[in-house]
Amino acid sequence: MSQSNSLAVSSGHLAPGTALRRAPFRHLKEKLIEFVLLGAALVAVFTTIAITVVLVYESLGFFEFVSLWDFLTGTVWTPLFAEPNYGVLPLISGTLTVTAIALAVAVPMGTTIAIYLSEFAPHSVREVVKPLLELIQAVPTIVFGYFALLFVTPLLQDTIMPGLAGFNMLAAGLVIGIATVPTIASLSEDAMRAVPMSVREGAYALGAHKLGVAWKIVMPSAISGVIAAYVLAAARAIGETMIVAIAAGQNAVFTFNPTEGAATLTAFIAQVSLGDLPHGSVGYRSIFACGLVLLVMTLVLNVIGHVLRRRYREAY
Amino acid sequence: MVTETSSPVFPGGATEPVVPPVAKAQVHDLNFFYGELRALKGISIPIYKHLVTALIGPSGCGKSTFLRCFNRMHDLYPNTRYDGRIVLMPDNVNILHREVDPIEVRMRIGMVFQKPNPFPKSIFENVAYGLRVRGIRNRAVLTDKVEEALRGAALWDEVKDRLAELAFNLSGGQQQRLCIARALATDPEILLFDEPTSALDPIATASIEELIADLRSKVTILIVTHNMQQAARVSDYTAYMYLGELIEFDRTQTIFVKPKKKQTEDYITGRFG
Repeated sequence: MSQSNSLAVSSGHLAPGTALRRAPFRHLKEKLIEFVLLGAALVAVFTTIAITVVLVYESLGFFEFVSLWDFLTGTVWTPLFAEPNYGVLPLISGTLTVTAIALAVAVPMGTTIAIYLSEFAPHSVREVVKPLLELIQAVPTIVFGYFALLFVTPLLQDTIMPGLAGFNMLAAGLVIGIATVPTIASLSEDAMRAVPMSVREGAYALGAHKLGVAWKIVMPSAISGVIAAYVLAAARAIGETMIVAIAAGQNAVFTFNPTEGAATLTAFIAQVSLGDLPHGSVGYRSIFACGLVLLVMTLVLNVIGHVLRRRYREAY
Repeated sequence: MVTETSSPVFPGGATEPVVPPVAKAQVHDLNFFYGELRALKGISIPIYKHLVTALIGPSGCGKSTFLRCFNRMHDLYPNTRYDGRIVLMPDNVNILHREVDPIEVRMRIGMVFQKPNPFPKSIFENVAYGLRVRGIRNRAVLTDKVEEALRGAALWDEVKDRLAELAFNLSGGQQQRLCIARALATDPEILLFDEPTSALDPIATASIEELIADLRSKVTILIVTHNMQQAARVSDYTAYMYLGELIEFDRTQTIFVKPKKKQTEDYITGRFG
């Protein structure tokens, strides 16, 4: 309303001074909008800060009973036993093993799919395949968990690995890999499609083949976005809970052998949160220490991703 | 078709000794379609060897479309169709023919684009890319060729100590000369320029124009420009196009001094366009 009013003034009365008079209501409205938007942004920031504060605070309570050194170097994790041990390495080894398997599946598969969709697929195929691919992300992870436990593990036992344990990190990692393929494929494809056509034309004009252009020109041009996709996928794999809790078992063993079952940081947190330990006990507080370790791991990943992105960033 | 027997006119009006121009390529009744849209309408001109041919005309007249037929760039996009012939000499082969591999065509006809489009690689690797595509792996050969191409593009002195640097660190004019070096490295027979200076400042433009004049001795050049002074400065022959049709093709001096068609004259003198 104030807008149309001031417009009428500026076009109707040409006397200097009146045309450029202040529009206090519009100013107020702009301020209000800015305030609301800022508030929305701050919710996310404050949530992150609050989580960090709670994790650190509760962990401090835990470290009153267990030394940081024992926690980080101990290889036995038995908080539920009568004589508990709080060495977190078994959970870390489980998390890293599962994540490594998942990335070994998701990175090559996701990248290949992204290159195909971005550089080779006709428009009609891409329009169908990409939404379908993204639909995988809509599958609840508990479904994936049972898929790993009741389909992938028996399949591996029946075919190439007869001695495979019922709970094992291999099946869990493979399935997490499949679950994260869409993250990598979709984000990498976006990054590749954002590479200007003029760069591809430059390569084609020199006589390059399609695969050469995709691999030697488009891929390096899109590398910062592709790395961001990898980091996000790694963070998802580290944080994945349901699939590992169901398919890898909950037995914390210090091992990097994928054919064995092992608990991960998240699987342990889920287990304890379900009520196996009394509230306020040392064991209960250990989940906050685990949460802190998870937070640090994802933070490190993000920093690595940030550094890589900066190093390989291409500006157009 | 123009059968010009008198000597070609060089920029500045200097006349070379009588050497009748030899056709490097002959365009016969070329039509081009974007889907149903006929973007080029029956164009026939010769492209003379070791001379510069300029394509001028208002925006949307089809000059870039015409240029991009020469290296089959349109093959990259769906729903495009060529009709007619571009016969490359001395092979006497129609490069638009369905059975001619566009990659083979691009191996022999290079291109420099409107906006500098360096690859996300080092200066050295940018120039070496075309050679690597051709299977050259020998480091010594690559080093020699890259230096030769960078010298040919008048860029060597500026970059010889920073060959490992990312090409994006170069200025716009340097990037465009790098793209010219990249195209030169593969010894093309024809070099296509698609408004190569439209993204550059006047000083960089002058250096590119000088370069084009120098390159003529080595390679046949076809240049699209909407800067008429540029066409007058750098070219030996000029084709004026309008709405997909060739209006007039002649020696540049004739086109700019005494065009035969009223339409060409109106465009040249700025009454239209």
